Amino acid sequence: MSALLEVTSISVSFDGFKAINNLSFEIGGQELRAIIGPNGAGKTTFMDIVTGKTRPDEGRVRFGEPQLDLLRLSESQIARAGVGRKFQRPTVFEAQSVRDNLTMALSNDRLPFAVLRYKPSKEDDGRVSALAEEIGLSGELDRTAGELSHGQKQWLEIGILLAQEPKLLLVDEPAAGMTLGEREHTTDLLRRAAETRAVVVVEHDMEFVRRLDCKVTVLHEGSVLAEGTLDHVTANSDVIDVYLGR
Amino acid sequence: MERSLFARQPSVLVFIGLLALFTIVITILSEGFGLGIVSTSFIKILGKTLCLCLIAIAMDLVWGYCGILSLGHFAFFGLGGYMIGMWLMYERTKDIVIASLSGGELPATPEEITEAIGTQIFGVVGGAEIPVVWYFADSLFAQLLLVVLVPGLLALVFGWLAFRSRVTGVYLSILTQAMTLALSLYLFQNDSGLRGNNGLSGLQNIPGLTEVSQSVVSAWFFLASALALGLGYLVAAWVVSGKFGNVIRAIRDDEARIRFMGYPVEAYKLVVFTLTAVIAAIAGALYYPQAGIINPAEIAPIASIYLAVWVAIGGRGRLYGAVIGAATVSLLSSWFTGGQAPSIPLGFYTIDWVDWWQVLLGLGFVLVTLFAPKGIGGLFDRLVRKDAAS
Repeated sequence: MSALLEVTSISVSFDGFKAINNLSFEIGGQELRAIIGPNGAGKTTFMDIVTGKTRPDEGRVRFGEPQLDLLRLSESQIARAGVGRKFQRPTVFEAQSVRDNLTMALSNDRLPFAVLRYKPSKEDDGRVSALAEEIGLSGELDRTAGELSHGQKQWLEIGILLAQEPKLLLVDEPAAGMTLGEREHTTDLLRRAAETRAVVVVEHDMEFVRRLDCKVTVLHEGSVLAEGTLDHVTANSDVIDVYLGR
Repeated sequence: MERSLFARQPSVLVFIGLLALFTIVITILSEGFGLGIVSTSFIKILGKTLCLCLIAIAMDLVWGYCGILSLGHFAFFGLGGYMIGMWLMYERTKDIVIASLSGGELPATPEEITEAIGTQIFGVVGGAEIPVVWYFADSLFAQLLLVVLVPGLLALVFGWLAFRSRVTGVYLSILTQAMTLALSLYLFQNDSGLRGNNGLSGLQNIPGLTEVSQSVVSAWFFLASALALGLGYLVAAWVVSGKFGNVIRAIRDDEARIRFMGYPVEAYKLVVFTLTAVIAAIAGALYYPQAGIINPAEIAPIASIYLAVWVAIGGRGRLYGAVIGAATVSLLSSWFTGGQAPSIPLGFYTIDWVDWWQVLLGLGFVLVTLFAPKGIGGLFDRLVRKDAAS
């Protein structure tokens, strides 16, 4: 089985600083993967490259079947090809209702004139309700997103991503600032999402990664340091050095 | 879940009702059609104000809803005025020329007529040739088409270049200012083909309708302006009420986020920018026949900045706010600068409102920004909500 996302020896530097250094990465179609690493390891830059925000100096990024060269597409084209991204800070459209947020995210035609003629259908309403159910916001559909709690906003953002029906989901620190109960709910959401698609979670919090119970990739100074189960990588002496200091 | 525009936005119905009532009352009171209580010159001021309200709606759409602070929409307004002005001036001059040449023994040849028109219109800038840009000036239909096409194409090309390069925020505002300044300076030149700083004049006289008195013409233009404003409001309300409106609000609030949701942000901005340029041009094409004259000073960068001030004072992000802002400020402005406001003698100094109006406007803008950041329209909302709460 070929991989869904194939990143081959990419490098990028900002003003001489090598943020990503000859990094290669692969993930299959239905897989949950955690990426960990200390600050400055290149986790966010890696996501920026896959989603088209940053162009690498060299390397290849291939995605999907038939394979698309993501380096030739714009951010919005990459998103429409099936790559969804959740940011570190919850970014939902606070001035609009939960329903409007989700309706905008549904995988419908996104070109201006089609959207201008858009009429909400029964089917779309059903999808919005089902999504709201899944992220636990059924009761909040008509509330303004800005009134939601921090955790609820995180879920809404995950709901926005699921509504896009992406093949690959990139999630940046989903558990930051969450209570224990909220973390459990988030873990469930992500693991369920990974049953039908690839999910990459970038996380600092080892406890949360353990809960996800998946393959882990450790990044350090822009390259892959180790890969395997959490127990495997935490037993690796290089990883111990990087995390605990030499 | 499908609901009509009026159900989603009840304020639209209220606005259209008030506009219709206002229009009917003024028409009844006008000299042209009714009791003659409202003077023709005041009808013209009201008609022009309606046009300014229309361009304010365009500004609110592009800035208040889509977050593009364009400081160049008066350029499109002015271009719309120039396009209709060309036909008005050409046809009227042609009528006069034909009338004066008809006294000769031989009927005037088309060449003679064209030459006489050229001398009449362009003598003032030292020319007699009719420039190429006047090629269609003989056809009302063509010039009406150009009212939409010229500003629309300018906005399309300018917007495409600017948005494609991801120029946003204050840099985009500066770029739009540069565009208006460049256009205005170009039009100031005598060889621009549009009579340099003289501009186009006599636009209040409608060719073929010279027998009709100005009181009637002005009443018709007032009605046309009211109709245009009503239609413009409906179009704008329809655009912002659905999913498209949600997307452009999302672009305003977090452009990067909506891009990662797969929306081609640049295409949306281009659509909104061009649509509002066309609305502005139509407003201009109705405004200048009522003003009677258009010259490059109308397109000066400051005009577009005033437009932003009106919308800010009225309250951006709500269409009626833009209308309130434009109507209030432009009517007050014509009252103060028209010499009707009584000067205040202080003994050692006399406050002359023609000069001090600018200061008053500036103070008003500062006060609104500080104490009512959502503008006059925002105060409205607060009243309505209080009503609903009690």
